[in-house]
Amino acid sequence: MRLRSRWLGAACAAALAVSGVALGQIGAQAASSGTGPALTYQPSHAGGTLKLLASSAAGTLDPQVNYTLQYWQLYQATYDGLVSFRKTSGESSFDVVPDLAVALPKVTNGGKTYTFVLRKGIKFSNGKTVTVKDVQASFQRLFKVANPNAGSWYAGIVGASACLSKPATCTLSGGVTVNPSTNTIVVNLVKPDAEFLDQLAVPFGSILPASTPGHDMGTTPIPGTGAYMFKSDNPNTKLVMVRNPYFKVWSAAAQPQGYPNEIDQLFSNTVESEVTMVENGQANWMFDPIPSDRLAQLSDKYASQLHVNTLTSTWYITMNVNIPPFNNLKARQAVNYAFDKNSAVKLYGGTKLATPTCQILPPGFPGYVPYCAYQSGHGSTYVGPDLAKAKALVAASGTKGMSVGVVAQTDTVDLALGQYLQSVLNSIGYKATLKPLSPNIQFTYIQNTKNKVQIAETQWYQDYPAASDFIDILLSCSQFHPGSDNSINIAGFCNKSVDAQMARAETLMLTNPTQGNALWAQIDKTIMTKYAPWVPEFNPKLIDFLSKGTGDYQFSKQFYMLVDQLWVK
Amino acid sequence: MIALAVLTLVILSALLAPFYAHDIAHTNPFTSNLNGTTLVGGHQVPILQPNTQGLGLGVTPIGPTWDLHHYFLGADNQGRDVFARLLYGGRNSLFIGSTSALLCCAVAAVLGMLAGYFGGVIDWVLSRIFDIVWAFPVYLLAISLSVVLLTSGLNLGPLHIGPGSLWLPIFIIAAVYVPYVARPIRGLTMSLREREFIQAAISSGASDWRILTREVLPNTMPSVIVFFPLMVAFNMLTESALSFLSIGVQPPAASWGTIINDGLGLLYTRPWVALAPGVMIVITAVSLNILGDGARDAFDPKAKLRGSV
Repeated sequence: MRLRSRWLGAACAAALAVSGVALGQIGAQAASSGTGPALTYQPSHAGGTLKLLASSAAGTLDPQVNYTLQYWQLYQATYDGLVSFRKTSGESSFDVVPDLAVALPKVTNGGKTYTFVLRKGIKFSNGKTVTVKDVQASFQRLFKVANPNAGSWYAGIVGASACLSKPATCTLSGGVTVNPSTNTIVVNLVKPDAEFLDQLAVPFGSILPASTPGHDMGTTPIPGTGAYMFKSDNPNTKLVMVRNPYFKVWSAAAQPQGYPNEIDQLFSNTVESEVTMVENGQANWMFDPIPSDRLAQLSDKYASQLHVNTLTSTWYITMNVNIPPFNNLKARQAVNYAFDKNSAVKLYGGTKLATPTCQILPPGFPGYVPYCAYQSGHGSTYVGPDLAKAKALVAASGTKGMSVGVVAQTDTVDLALGQYLQSVLNSIGYKATLKPLSPNIQFTYIQNTKNKVQIAETQWYQDYPAASDFIDILLSCSQFHPGSDNSINIAGFCNKSVDAQMARAETLMLTNPTQGNALWAQIDKTIMTKYAPWVPEFNPKLIDFLSKGTGDYQFSKQFYMLVDQLWVK
Repeated sequence: MIALAVLTLVILSALLAPFYAHDIAHTNPFTSNLNGTTLVGGHQVPILQPNTQGLGLGVTPIGPTWDLHHYFLGADNQGRDVFARLLYGGRNSLFIGSTSALLCCAVAAVLGMLAGYFGGVIDWVLSRIFDIVWAFPVYLLAISLSVVLLTSGLNLGPLHIGPGSLWLPIFIIAAVYVPYVARPIRGLTMSLREREFIQAAISSGASDWRILTREVLPNTMPSVIVFFPLMVAFNMLTESALSFLSIGVQPPAASWGTIINDGLGLLYTRPWVALAPGVMIVITAVSLNILGDGARDAFDPKAKLRGSV
């Protein structure tokens, strides 16, 4: 996923193309039986209205279409899939637990068949009972509404190719079959997929009533099974969630009871006014990142109301390895040596808000083993840049004096990073210009090879905890689509040998996750040290600012703050 | 006179920008200096200062030291000297404002005179073009053109203007204001054409070219001269607006608009970064407007008389 503030991963529409792997121990590294830590409900704190602030609405309310963190956080309390990520704080929030399914699926047929048993007696917020027909229809609807990842994550379901070519008549014949008498759902895959459960546990996998139209429902709320339901959505003013009258807790790990009686997200605020409103207790929380010039003030005066959490994300510079000057390895290595990651951290807000990184995978992620190839110091921790080495490499590459266009977004931090990169490139002998583009278009612009982007600032946030969600998605041949806006391998890096290693790692993840993750770590290092298509900058942290009196802050590593678990009384 | 003196001072300070940056402040205002230090009260202090209070979040650029040698107006978020950038920004803002005004007035004068003198089809075609341009709100048109041309530059036959060139905003701003000057010139030319001395010239067989250059132009010139300082002010404001929106002068170059944009994220902690260029824009625009009024009074004393009645 991408960008905390807005789009999670329109880019993921590019094929995820998880290589063929045998799934014997499904979810061994992440899935859990649901017996782990669950939140303890305290009824005395129930009630009140939780007011959340955002500068704008985040588009459609349809959970099978919307791909923004802003609404994914709200979907945690409104919709359920057959499985979901555990609603808790800490590492166990990465666990996949059974949700509408009684248990995690039985996996047979060499990892290609998943059999779920649906819980009985669960009702949608419109009062209708959830049936296996609803589950089947929800799978089909993913293709009918052109889900952003239908062509990637869900393309491995048998019958998906027909659905992709003719979405309106999608049946997923042979792919999703149901048996109402036994309440079972059988999902058949074309080939085993180690991450299939993760992909079902995100909001795209929400189970919706079979009667839901097969098109994007926009601002019309769709009934769900969560503790809350959407009551109204006016993108100009506010989004209102109220308690689902038919909700009863069936698994506190999957869908716990929430505390506020009503949750409102108020739109059309400036970020500065959001800070002031939370300061004054007029609202409980703000979605948007805190402006950098307010950080010090908030840090001093409201320390107890700020929550800083590490994100599984990497901010990086991507270099186009197919056009000059960065089709030259020495030129790419030179930028890696010259770019001061400590300076980038300062631009992001300081060492308490970001940590310099030299690699693709973020700390704490499966497959993460620290190393640092390009720096003035030695060892795995970044010390500083080596400008002399950078200049020598530029001279040796024969690219000195070339024009380089830096493409960055116009938001404050990204633009500042772009300006700094421009300054660095000029200092090592290039003639750099900066092309600031609106966040709405920059991400697709830098993906399309027709735009001949040489170097760009970007970032990646995890969809789910798997090394492939970074390395495979962002740097495999299958993710490079010349001429397309959906070419998430922005660097255009395609190396058959590395691709083969990735395929081997994905196979290992099914049988021996420890070895699989060790191989991912090796691939991370190989890509950076031998090919250097990126300049990894830093791993950011997230600040949540709560008003005084707002309690029970829970931070899920998967979906960040658990909105419905906040106390307002 | 005061306006002229203030404007002269602004222009002089802008022209002296390189001298200030290199010989007084010893700084390069176009290079990031995120790890640099400067002297304040005899102590070396970091230009970007990490917060040490509370949770220790945030990094704040150094504020005004009021010492001309060391970050007089403080630093921006790239650690660059704001005062040095302010002076360089003035060069670009004034250059773009005056050059685009010159281009605009020249093109507008020619088109206005052609339309007013020849009338008929030429007048109809040119007037409709003016109408079309005029139909768009000036900022909307300027922003649209800038966004379109920002990444690709302008290619008109042999004319090529690169994406980062200062000539791009000059061309765009000049183009959007042409009808605002051409219209009055056309009206003036139409009234001049009916005057006896023009009719006499036509009757005596003088060529159109001769009449336009020898008779019409000298009589429309005072109006163009009156327009010029006003257009410099308008164009400078438009440039600032475009640069503020990141679609005018491109970094690391500075204009007053780009510096305000740089200061936007520092309004709470370092308001001078945005205020200083704002003050300069106000001073310059007011001076130019007063100067324009003065020019009008000088060329058309009756206007002053009418205004006082």
